[in-house]
Amino acid sequence: MMLQVKNMNVYYGSIYAVKDVSFHVEEGETVTLIGANGAGKSTILKTISGLLRSKTGSISFAGEEISNTPSHAIVKRGLAQVPEGRRVFLQMSVQENLEMGHYTQPGGTMDERITEVYQRFPRLKERYKQHAGTLSGGEQQMLAMGRALMSRPRLLMLDEPSMGLAPLLVEQIFEIIKELHAGGTTVLLVEQNANMALTVADRGYVLETGKIVLADSAKALLENDAVRKAYLGG
Amino acid sequence: MIFVNQLIIGLQMGSIYALVALGYSMVYGIVKLLNFAHGDIIMVGGYIALFALTSAHMPPVVAAVVTVLGCTALAVVIEKLAYTPLRSAPRLSLLITAIGVSILLQNVAQLLFTADGHSFPAHMLLPAGSLTIGGFQVAYTALITILASVASMVALTILVQKTKLGKAMRAVSEDTGAAQLMGIHVNHIITFTFAVGAALAGVGALLYSVQFPLIMPTIGVMLGLRAFVAAVLGGIGSIPGAMIGGYVIGLLEVLVVAANLSSWMDGVVFLILILVFMVRPTGIMGRPMLEKV
Repeated sequence: MMLQVKNMNVYYGSIYAVKDVSFHVEEGETVTLIGANGAGKSTILKTISGLLRSKTGSISFAGEEISNTPSHAIVKRGLAQVPEGRRVFLQMSVQENLEMGHYTQPGGTMDERITEVYQRFPRLKERYKQHAGTLSGGEQQMLAMGRALMSRPRLLMLDEPSMGLAPLLVEQIFEIIKELHAGGTTVLLVEQNANMALTVADRGYVLETGKIVLADSAKALLENDAVRKAYLGG
Repeated sequence: MIFVNQLIIGLQMGSIYALVALGYSMVYGIVKLLNFAHGDIIMVGGYIALFALTSAHMPPVVAAVVTVLGCTALAVVIEKLAYTPLRSAPRLSLLITAIGVSILLQNVAQLLFTADGHSFPAHMLLPAGSLTIGGFQVAYTALITILASVASMVALTILVQKTKLGKAMRAVSEDTGAAQLMGIHVNHIITFTFAVGAALAGVGALLYSVQFPLIMPTIGVMLGLRAFVAAVLGGIGSIPGAMIGGYVIGLLEVLVVAANLSSWMDGVVFLILILVFMVRPTGIMGRPMLEKV
Protein backbone atom coordinates (compact mmCIF):
# COMPACT_ATOMS: atom_id res chain seq x y z
CA MET A 1 0.00 0.00 0.00
CA MET A 2 1.53 3.29 -1.10
CA LEU A 3 -0.93 5.65 0.54
CA GLN A 4 -3.74 5.07 2.97
CA VAL A 5 -5.93 7.92 4.18
CA LYS A 6 -8.33 7.12 6.99
CA ASN A 7 -11.08 9.38 8.35
CA MET A 8 -9.65 12.69 7.18
CA ASN A 9 -11.56 15.72 8.53
CA VAL A 10 -10.29 19.18 7.57
CA TYR A 11 -11.65 22.58 8.53
CA TYR A 12 -10.83 26.06 7.20
CA GLY A 13 -11.74 28.01 10.31
CA SER A 14 -15.43 27.18 10.71
CA ILE A 15 -15.81 25.76 7.20
CA TYR A 16 -15.97 21.98 7.16
CA ALA A 17 -14.11 21.22 3.92
CA VAL A 18 -13.26 17.52 4.03
CA LYS A 19 -15.69 15.18 5.77
CA ASP A 20 -14.47 11.83 6.99
CA VAL A 21 -12.68 10.89 3.80
CA SER A 22 -10.93 7.52 3.51
CA PHE A 23 -9.23 6.12 0.43
CA HIS A 24 -6.07 4.35 -0.62
CA VAL A 25 -3.59 4.09 -3.48
CA GLU A 26 -1.73 0.85 -4.24
CA GLU A 27 1.85 0.84 -5.46
CA GLY A 28 2.00 1.36 -9.23
CA GLU A 29 -1.62 2.49 -9.47
CA THR A 30 -3.04 5.67 -10.95
CA VAL A 31 -5.94 6.79 -8.81
CA THR A 32 -8.08 9.84 -9.45
CA LEU A 33 -10.23 11.99 -7.19
CA ILE A 34 -12.89 13.69 -9.29
CA GLY A 35 -15.49 16.22 -8.32
CA ALA A 36 -16.74 19.72 -8.92
CA ASN A 37 -14.99 22.91 -7.89
CA GLY A 38 -15.10 23.20 -4.10
CA ALA A 39 -15.61 19.49 -3.46
CA GLY A 40 -12.46 19.40 -1.31
CA LYS A 41 -10.07 17.72 -3.72
CA SER A 42 -7.20 20.19 -3.38
CA THR A 43 -7.70 20.34 0.37
CA ILE A 44 -7.13 16.59 0.54
CA LEU A 45 -3.84 16.87 -1.36
CA LYS A 46 -2.67 19.79 0.77
CA THR A 47 -3.42 17.78 3.89
CA ILE A 48 -1.49 14.76 2.61
CA SER A 49 1.48 17.07 1.86
CA GLY A 50 1.33 18.49 5.38
CA LEU A 51 0.34 22.05 4.44
CA LEU A 52 -2.96 21.54 6.26
CA ARG A 53 -3.79 19.20 9.14
CA SER A 54 -6.62 16.75 9.59
CA LYS A 55 -8.44 16.84 12.92
CA THR A 56 -8.76 13.08 13.05
CA GLY A 57 -7.68 9.85 11.47
CA SER A 58 -4.41 8.82 9.92
CA ILE A 59 -2.39 9.19 6.75
CA SER A 60 0.09 6.46 6.09
CA PHE A 61 2.63 6.71 3.29
CA ALA A 62 4.56 3.57 2.35
CA GLY A 63 3.63 2.11 5.71
CA GLU A 64 4.70 5.11 7.81
CA GLU A 65 2.39 7.51 9.60
CA ILE A 66 2.86 11.05 8.20
CA SER A 67 -0.14 12.95 9.55
CA ASN A 68 2.10 14.83 11.99
CA THR A 69 5.23 15.00 9.86
CA PRO A 70 6.26 18.52 8.72
CA SER A 71 5.81 19.10 5.00
CA HIS A 72 9.52 19.42 4.21
CA ALA A 73 10.16 15.98 5.70
CA ILE A 74 7.27 14.44 3.77
CA VAL A 75 8.84 15.45 0.46
CA LYS A 76 12.08 13.83 1.52
CA ARG A 77 10.27 10.53 2.03
CA GLY A 78 9.30 10.48 -1.63
CA LEU A 79 5.97 12.22 -1.91
CA ALA A 80 5.88 15.07 -4.43
CA GLN A 81 3.00 17.32 -5.33
CA VAL A 82 2.35 19.36 -8.46
CA PRO A 83 0.17 22.07 -6.95
CA GLU A 84 -2.98 23.57 -8.39
CA GLY A 85 -2.19 26.51 -10.65
CA ARG A 86 1.32 25.09 -11.23
CA ARG A 87 3.02 27.51 -8.82
CA VAL A 88 6.36 27.46 -10.61
CA PHE A 89 8.84 30.10 -9.37
CA LEU A 90 8.21 32.77 -11.99
CA GLN A 91 11.28 34.87 -11.16
CA MET A 92 13.63 31.91 -11.38
CA SER A 93 14.96 30.21 -14.49
CA VAL A 94 13.60 26.92 -15.76
CA GLN A 95 16.73 25.13 -14.59
CA GLU A 96 16.62 26.76 -11.15
CA ASN A 97 13.03 25.59 -10.78
CA LEU A 98 14.18 22.05 -11.44
CA GLU A 99 17.00 22.48 -8.92
CA MET A 100 14.41 23.44 -6.31
CA GLY A 101 12.59 20.18 -7.06
CA HIS A 102 15.83 18.42 -6.18
CA TYR A 103 16.25 20.29 -2.90
CA THR A 104 15.88 17.28 -0.58
CA GLN A 105 18.03 14.96 -2.70
CA PRO A 106 21.76 14.21 -2.41
CA GLY A 107 23.75 16.71 -4.50
CA GLY A 108 25.52 14.19 -6.74
CA THR A 109 22.34 13.06 -8.50
CA MET A 110 21.22 16.45 -9.77
CA ASP A 111 22.73 16.56 -13.26
CA GLU A 112 21.47 13.09 -14.07
CA ARG A 113 17.93 13.94 -12.97
CA ILE A 114 17.92 17.19 -14.90
CA THR A 115 18.96 15.29 -18.03
CA GLU A 116 16.09 12.86 -17.42
CA VAL A 117 13.55 15.65 -17.11
CA TYR A 118 14.87 17.34 -20.26
CA GLN A 119 14.53 14.04 -22.12
CA ARG A 120 10.91 13.81 -21.09
CA PHE A 121 10.25 17.51 -21.77
CA PRO A 122 12.57 18.66 -24.58
CA ARG A 123 10.71 21.96 -24.61
CA LEU A 124 12.12 22.77 -21.17
CA LYS A 125 15.65 22.12 -22.34
CA GLU A 126 15.25 24.68 -25.11
CA ARG A 127 14.25 27.25 -22.51
CA TYR A 128 16.43 26.28 -19.57
CA LYS A 129 17.80 29.79 -19.05
CA GLN A 130 14.51 31.64 -19.41
CA HIS A 131 12.53 32.83 -16.40
CA ALA A 132 9.61 30.51 -15.75
CA GLY A 133 7.35 33.57 -15.93
CA THR A 134 8.00 33.85 -19.66
CA LEU A 135 6.74 30.31 -20.39
CA SER A 136 3.29 29.52 -21.76
CA GLY A 137 0.71 27.80 -19.53
CA GLY A 138 1.43 24.39 -21.01
CA GLU A 139 5.18 24.81 -20.60
CA GLN A 140 4.68 25.92 -17.02
CA GLN A 141 2.65 22.78 -16.37
CA MET A 142 5.47 20.69 -17.85
CA LEU A 143 7.94 22.55 -15.67
CA ALA A 144 5.81 21.96 -12.57
CA MET A 145 5.68 18.24 -13.39
CA GLY A 146 9.38 18.09 -14.20
CA ARG A 147 10.17 19.89 -10.96
CA ALA A 148 8.18 17.31 -8.98
CA LEU A 149 9.87 14.44 -10.82
CA MET A 150 13.31 15.77 -9.83
CA SER A 151 12.95 14.07 -6.45
CA ARG A 152 12.06 10.77 -8.19
CA PRO A 153 8.95 10.50 -6.06
CA ARG A 154 7.43 7.17 -5.05
CA LEU A 155 4.05 8.89 -5.19
CA LEU A 156 3.31 11.81 -7.50
CA MET A 157 0.24 13.89 -6.67
CA LEU A 158 -1.12 16.11 -9.44
CA ASP A 159 -3.64 18.82 -8.65
CA GLU A 160 -5.72 19.84 -11.69
CA PRO A 161 -2.95 19.55 -14.27
CA SER A 162 -5.41 20.34 -17.10
CA MET A 163 -6.61 23.60 -15.56
CA GLY A 164 -6.57 26.53 -17.99
CA LEU A 165 -4.89 24.60 -20.81
CA ALA A 166 -6.01 24.30 -24.42
CA PRO A 167 -7.49 20.87 -25.34
CA LEU A 168 -4.42 19.84 -27.33
CA LEU A 169 -2.15 20.59 -24.37
CA VAL A 170 -4.49 18.75 -22.02
CA GLU A 171 -4.06 15.66 -24.18
CA GLN A 172 -0.28 16.08 -24.09
CA ILE A 173 -0.27 16.37 -20.32
CA PHE A 174 -2.42 13.26 -19.94
CA GLU A 175 -0.20 11.42 -22.41
CA ILE A 176 2.71 12.18 -20.05
CA ILE A 177 0.72 10.93 -17.05
CA LYS A 178 0.10 7.67 -18.94
CA GLU A 179 3.82 7.37 -19.67
CA LEU A 180 4.68 7.94 -16.02
CA HIS A 181 2.15 5.30 -15.04
CA ALA A 182 3.57 2.87 -17.59
CA GLY A 183 7.03 3.56 -16.17
CA GLY A 184 5.84 2.40 -12.75
CA THR A 185 5.23 5.74 -11.00
CA THR A 186 2.33 5.74 -8.57
CA VAL A 187 0.03 8.66 -9.32
CA LEU A 188 -2.74 10.35 -7.40
CA LEU A 189 -4.59 12.66 -9.77
CA VAL A 190 -7.11 15.30 -8.80
CA GLU A 191 -9.23 16.59 -11.66
CA GLN A 192 -12.38 18.42 -12.64
CA ASN A 193 -11.91 17.04 -16.14
CA ALA A 194 -13.42 13.70 -15.14
CA ASN A 195 -13.46 12.29 -18.62
CA MET A 196 -9.72 12.63 -19.16
CA ALA A 197 -8.89 11.60 -15.61
CA LEU A 198 -10.93 8.40 -15.81
CA THR A 199 -9.36 7.38 -19.11
CA VAL A 200 -5.85 7.36 -17.60
CA ALA A 201 -6.70 6.08 -14.11
CA ASP A 202 -7.11 2.57 -12.76
CA ARG A 203 -9.58 3.56 -10.08
CA GLY A 204 -11.49 6.67 -9.11
CA TYR A 205 -13.28 8.29 -6.20
CA VAL A 206 -16.09 10.80 -6.67
CA LEU A 207 -16.20 13.67 -4.20
CA GLU A 208 -19.19 15.86 -3.45
CA THR A 209 -19.03 18.72 -0.91
CA GLY A 210 -16.19 17.13 1.02
CA LYS A 211 -17.47 13.55 1.03
CA ILE A 212 -16.64 10.52 -1.05
CA VAL A 213 -19.92 9.42 -2.62
CA LEU A 214 -18.69 6.78 -5.03
CA ALA A 215 -15.62 4.56 -5.41
CA ASP A 216 -15.05 2.15 -8.27
CA SER A 217 -12.76 1.17 -11.11
CA ALA A 218 -12.24 3.97 -13.61
CA LYS A 219 -13.95 1.91 -16.28
CA ALA A 220 -17.05 1.37 -14.19
CA LEU A 221 -17.21 5.06 -13.26
CA LEU A 222 -17.01 6.06 -16.91
CA GLU A 223 -20.06 3.88 -17.56
CA ASN A 224 -21.93 4.87 -14.39
CA ASP A 225 -25.11 6.78 -15.24
CA ALA A 226 -24.99 9.14 -12.28
CA VAL A 227 -21.33 9.99 -12.97
CA ARG A 228 -22.03 10.51 -16.65
CA LYS A 229 -24.85 12.89 -15.84
CA ALA A 230 -22.99 14.89 -13.24
CA TYR A 231 -19.44 15.01 -14.62
CA LEU A 232 -19.23 13.78 -18.17
CA GLY A 233 -21.89 15.92 -19.80
CA GLY A 234 -24.56 13.20 -20.22
CA MET B 1 38.54 68.71 -7.04
CA ILE B 2 35.84 69.51 -4.54
CA PHE B 3 33.41 67.63 -6.74
CA VAL B 4 35.51 64.45 -6.65
CA ASN B 5 36.01 64.69 -2.90
CA GLN B 6 32.30 65.14 -2.36
CA LEU B 7 31.58 62.24 -4.70
CA ILE B 8 33.84 59.98 -2.64
CA ILE B 9 32.12 61.01 0.59
CA GLY B 10 28.79 60.35 -1.10
CA LEU B 11 29.90 56.88 -2.17
CA GLN B 12 31.19 56.21 1.32
CA MET B 13 27.87 57.14 2.94
CA GLY B 14 25.98 55.40 0.16
CA SER B 15 27.92 52.18 0.79
CA ILE B 16 26.84 52.18 4.42
CA TYR B 17 23.20 52.93 3.57
CA ALA B 18 23.24 50.21 0.92
CA LEU B 19 24.55 47.59 3.38
CA VAL B 20 21.87 48.48 5.89
CA ALA B 21 19.12 48.77 3.25
CA LEU B 22 19.90 45.21 2.08
CA GLY B 23 18.89 43.84 5.48
CA TYR B 24 15.53 45.63 5.32
CA SER B 25 14.87 44.52 1.78
CA MET B 26 15.84 40.86 2.19
CA VAL B 27 13.77 40.42 5.32
CA TYR B 28 10.81 42.20 3.75
CA GLY B 29 11.15 40.03 0.66
CA ILE B 30 10.91 36.85 2.67
CA VAL B 31 8.48 37.54 5.55
CA LYS B 32 6.85 40.84 4.47
CA LEU B 33 8.12 42.44 7.67
CA LEU B 34 9.54 45.95 7.90
CA ASN B 35 12.09 45.06 10.54
CA PHE B 36 12.38 48.34 12.38
CA ALA B 37 14.78 46.76 14.86
CA HIS B 38 17.35 46.47 12.06
CA GLY B 39 18.84 49.93 12.71
CA ASP B 40 19.30 49.10 16.38
CA ILE B 41 21.28 45.99 15.49
CA ILE B 42 23.81 48.43 14.04
CA MET B 43 23.85 50.38 17.29
CA VAL B 44 24.58 47.14 19.19
CA GLY B 45 27.28 46.39 16.61
CA GLY B 46 28.83 49.78 17.35
CA TYR B 47 29.06 48.95 21.06
CA ILE B 48 30.42 45.48 20.37
CA ALA B 49 33.18 46.95 18.16
CA LEU B 50 33.90 49.66 20.73
CA PHE B 51 34.39 47.26 23.64
CA ALA B 52 36.17 44.67 21.51
CA LEU B 53 38.78 47.29 20.59
CA THR B 54 39.09 49.18 23.85
CA SER B 55 38.22 46.88 26.78
CA ALA B 56 39.18 43.55 25.22
CA HIS B 57 42.12 44.98 23.22
CA MET B 58 41.37 42.76 20.25
CA PRO B 59 43.29 43.26 17.03
CA PRO B 60 41.16 45.09 14.43
CA VAL B 61 40.40 42.05 12.27
CA VAL B 62 39.31 39.98 15.26
CA ALA B 63 37.18 42.87 16.56
CA ALA B 64 35.52 43.15 13.16
CA VAL B 65 34.74 39.44 13.01
CA VAL B 66 33.38 39.51 16.58
CA THR B 67 31.15 42.46 15.68
CA VAL B 68 29.72 40.79 12.58
CA LEU B 69 29.13 37.51 14.44
CA GLY B 70 27.62 39.38 17.39
CA CYS B 71 25.12 41.19 15.16
CA THR B 72 24.24 37.93 13.41
CA ALA B 73 23.69 36.07 16.67
CA LEU B 74 21.56 38.89 18.05
CA ALA B 75 19.34 38.91 14.95
CA VAL B 76 18.87 35.14 15.10
CA VAL B 77 17.90 35.31 18.78
CA ILE B 78 15.43 38.15 18.08
CA GLU B 79 13.97 36.22 15.16
CA LYS B 80 13.50 33.06 17.22
CA LEU B 81 12.10 34.75 20.32
CA ALA B 82 10.04 37.58 18.87
CA TYR B 83 9.14 36.83 15.26
CA THR B 84 8.92 33.03 14.86
CA PRO B 85 5.98 32.74 17.29
CA LEU B 86 4.11 35.24 15.08
CA ARG B 87 4.63 33.37 11.81
CA SER B 88 0.93 33.04 11.12
CA ALA B 89 -0.16 36.24 12.91
CA PRO B 90 -1.32 39.31 10.94
CA ARG B 91 1.55 41.31 9.46
CA LEU B 92 0.62 44.31 11.60
CA SER B 93 1.34 42.36 14.82
CA LEU B 94 4.77 41.57 13.43
CA LEU B 95 5.44 45.22 12.57
CA ILE B 96 4.46 46.39 16.04
CA THR B 97 6.64 43.67 17.58
CA ALA B 98 9.58 44.94 15.51
CA ILE B 99 9.03 48.47 16.83
CA GLY B 100 8.88 47.00 20.34
CA VAL B 101 12.17 45.16 19.85
CA SER B 102 13.73 48.39 18.60
CA ILE B 103 12.69 50.29 21.71
CA LEU B 104 13.81 47.40 23.92
CA LEU B 105 17.31 47.34 22.38
CA GLN B 106 17.70 51.10 22.80
CA ASN B 107 16.58 50.99 26.42
CA VAL B 108 18.80 48.07 27.31
CA ALA B 109 21.74 49.90 25.73
CA GLN B 110 20.88 53.01 27.73
CA LEU B 111 20.68 50.97 30.92
CA LEU B 112 24.04 49.30 30.31
CA PHE B 113 26.05 52.12 28.76
CA THR B 114 24.09 55.26 29.77
CA ALA B 115 22.70 57.75 27.24
CA ASP B 116 26.06 59.52 26.93
CA GLY B 117 28.09 59.09 23.79
CA HIS B 118 31.18 56.89 23.86
CA SER B 119 33.84 58.03 21.46
CA PHE B 120 34.84 55.33 19.03
CA PRO B 121 38.55 54.74 18.38
CA ALA B 122 38.17 54.80 14.60
CA HIS B 123 41.89 54.55 13.93
CA MET B 124 42.31 51.46 16.02
CA LEU B 125 40.07 49.80 13.42
CA LEU B 126 41.08 51.45 10.14
CA PRO B 127 44.34 53.28 9.37
CA ALA B 128 44.34 57.08 9.35
CA GLY B 129 45.84 59.04 6.50
CA SER B 130 45.06 59.03 2.85
CA LEU B 131 46.15 57.81 -0.50
CA THR B 132 46.77 59.95 -3.56
CA ILE B 133 45.07 58.53 -6.62
CA GLY B 134 45.46 60.49 -9.84
CA GLY B 135 46.05 63.73 -7.99
CA PHE B 136 43.10 63.25 -5.63
CA GLN B 137 43.45 62.53 -1.96
CA VAL B 138 41.29 59.64 -0.82
CA ALA B 139 41.13 58.82 2.87
CA TYR B 140 41.89 55.19 3.67
CA THR B 141 38.66 55.01 5.62
CA ALA B 142 36.64 56.07 2.57
CA LEU B 143 38.49 53.66 0.32
CA ILE B 144 38.11 50.73 2.72
CA THR B 145 34.45 51.54 3.33
CA ILE B 146 33.67 51.50 -0.38
CA LEU B 147 35.71 48.37 -1.07
CA ALA B 148 34.38 46.44 1.93
CA SER B 149 30.79 47.29 0.97
CA VAL B 150 31.25 46.32 -2.65
CA ALA B 151 32.91 43.06 -1.59
CA SER B 152 30.03 42.30 0.80
CA MET B 153 27.50 43.00 -1.93
CA VAL B 154 29.32 40.83 -4.46
CA ALA B 155 29.42 38.01 -1.89
CA LEU B 156 25.70 38.45 -1.24
CA THR B 157 24.89 38.39 -4.95
CA ILE B 158 26.85 35.16 -5.41
CA LEU B 159 25.13 33.65 -2.38
CA VAL B 160 21.65 34.52 -3.63
CA GLN B 161 22.18 33.72 -7.30
CA LYS B 162 24.46 30.69 -7.24
CA THR B 163 24.16 28.69 -4.04
CA LYS B 164 21.49 26.20 -3.07
CA LEU B 165 20.62 28.18 0.07
CA GLY B 166 20.38 31.43 -1.88
CA LYS B 167 18.09 29.87 -4.46
CA ALA B 168 15.94 28.51 -1.67
CA MET B 169 15.75 32.06 -0.24
CA ARG B 170 14.45 33.29 -3.58
CA ALA B 171 11.98 30.43 -3.80
CA VAL B 172 10.60 31.09 -0.29
CA SER B 173 10.40 34.79 -0.99
CA GLU B 174 8.42 34.22 -4.19
CA ASP B 175 6.02 31.50 -3.02
CA THR B 176 6.33 30.08 0.48
CA GLY B 177 3.74 27.35 -0.06
CA ALA B 178 5.35 26.07 -3.24
CA ALA B 179 8.76 26.18 -1.54
CA GLN B 180 7.40 23.95 1.23
CA LEU B 181 6.22 21.48 -1.41
CA MET B 182 9.82 21.33 -2.65
CA GLY B 183 10.86 20.12 0.79
CA ILE B 184 12.43 23.44 1.77
CA HIS B 185 12.39 23.99 5.54
CA VAL B 186 10.91 27.47 5.37
CA ASN B 187 11.65 28.46 8.97
CA HIS B 188 15.34 27.67 8.54
CA ILE B 189 15.52 29.76 5.39
CA ILE B 190 13.83 32.70 7.13
CA THR B 191 16.27 32.52 10.05
CA PHE B 192 19.16 32.32 7.60
CA THR B 193 17.88 35.44 5.81
CA PHE B 194 17.76 37.38 9.07
CA ALA B 195 21.30 36.21 9.81
CA VAL B 196 22.66 37.34 6.44
CA GLY B 197 20.92 40.72 6.73
CA ALA B 198 22.40 41.19 10.20
CA ALA B 199 25.89 40.20 9.08
CA LEU B 200 25.72 42.97 6.47
CA ALA B 201 24.45 45.30 9.20
CA GLY B 202 27.49 44.28 11.27
CA VAL B 203 29.80 45.36 8.46
CA GLY B 204 27.72 48.54 8.22
CA ALA B 205 28.10 49.12 11.97
CA LEU B 206 31.89 48.98 11.74
CA LEU B 207 32.03 51.37 8.79
CA TYR B 208 29.46 53.75 10.26
CA SER B 209 31.32 53.91 13.59
CA VAL B 210 34.50 54.88 11.75
CA GLN B 211 32.65 57.63 9.88
CA PHE B 212 30.74 58.95 12.94
CA PRO B 213 32.89 57.91 15.89
CA LEU B 214 30.38 58.55 18.67
CA ILE B 215 28.36 55.56 19.87
CA MET B 216 25.03 56.25 21.56
CA PRO B 217 21.91 54.11 22.17
CA THR B 218 20.00 56.09 19.53
CA ILE B 219 22.44 56.05 16.61
CA GLY B 220 20.59 53.24 14.89
CA VAL B 221 17.33 55.14 14.60
CA MET B 222 18.05 57.70 11.89
CA LEU B 223 20.56 55.48 10.11
CA GLY B 224 17.94 52.77 10.05
CA LEU B 225 15.22 55.09 8.77
CA ARG B 226 17.42 56.50 6.00
CA ALA B 227 18.39 53.00 4.94
CA PHE B 228 14.73 52.02 5.06
CA VAL B 229 13.93 54.89 2.68
CA ALA B 230 16.80 53.70 0.47
CA ALA B 231 15.26 50.21 0.40
CA VAL B 232 11.83 51.60 -0.50
CA LEU B 233 13.34 53.87 -3.14
CA GLY B 234 15.17 50.94 -4.72
CA GLY B 235 12.11 48.73 -4.50
CA ILE B 236 11.62 46.89 -1.23
CA GLY B 237 12.33 43.18 -1.62
CA SER B 238 14.83 43.79 -4.41
CA ILE B 239 18.51 43.24 -3.65
CA PRO B 240 19.95 45.35 -6.51
CA GLY B 241 17.28 47.93 -5.66
CA ALA B 242 18.55 48.26 -2.08
CA MET B 243 22.09 48.81 -3.36
CA ILE B 244 21.01 51.47 -5.84
CA GLY B 245 18.74 53.14 -3.29
CA GLY B 246 21.59 53.27 -0.75
CA TYR B 247 23.95 55.02 -3.14
CA VAL B 248 21.24 57.47 -4.27
CA ILE B 249 20.57 58.49 -0.65
CA GLY B 250 24.31 58.76 0.08
CA LEU B 251 24.98 60.99 -2.92
CA LEU B 252 21.90 63.04 -2.15
CA GLU B 253 23.17 63.63 1.37
CA VAL B 254 26.35 65.14 -0.05
CA LEU B 255 24.32 67.42 -2.30
CA VAL B 256 22.16 68.55 0.60
CA VAL B 257 25.25 69.27 2.70
CA ALA B 258 26.92 71.09 -0.19
CA ALA B 259 23.82 73.28 -0.50
CA ASN B 260 24.30 74.16 3.15
CA LEU B 261 21.02 72.50 4.11
CA SER B 262 22.43 69.70 6.24
CA SER B 263 19.92 70.24 9.03
CA TRP B 264 17.22 69.52 6.44
CA MET B 265 18.65 66.12 5.50
CA ASP B 266 16.02 64.04 7.30
CA GLY B 267 13.27 66.18 5.81
CA VAL B 268 14.69 65.58 2.35
CA VAL B 269 14.90 61.82 2.99
CA PHE B 270 11.26 61.63 4.07
CA LEU B 271 10.23 63.82 1.15
CA ILE B 272 11.76 61.16 -1.08
CA LEU B 273 9.77 58.50 0.75
CA ILE B 274 6.56 60.44 0.13
CA LEU B 275 7.45 61.03 -3.51
CA VAL B 276 8.21 57.34 -4.06
CA PHE B 277 4.85 56.39 -2.57
CA MET B 278 3.10 58.96 -4.76
CA VAL B 279 4.88 58.36 -8.04
CA ARG B 280 6.20 54.81 -8.04
CA PRO B 281 5.30 52.84 -4.92
CA THR B 282 7.19 49.76 -6.16
CA GLY B 283 10.47 51.71 -6.27
CA ILE B 284 13.14 51.75 -8.94
CA MET B 285 13.68 47.99 -9.26
CA GLY B 286 10.46 46.77 -7.70
CA ARG B 287 8.08 44.54 -9.57
CA PRO B 288 4.58 45.78 -10.17
CA MET B 289 2.30 44.13 -7.65
CA LEU B 290 0.24 41.52 -9.41
CA GLU B 291 -3.04 40.55 -7.87
CA LYS B 292 -3.14 36.79 -7.64
CA VAL B 293 -6.48 35.30 -8.60
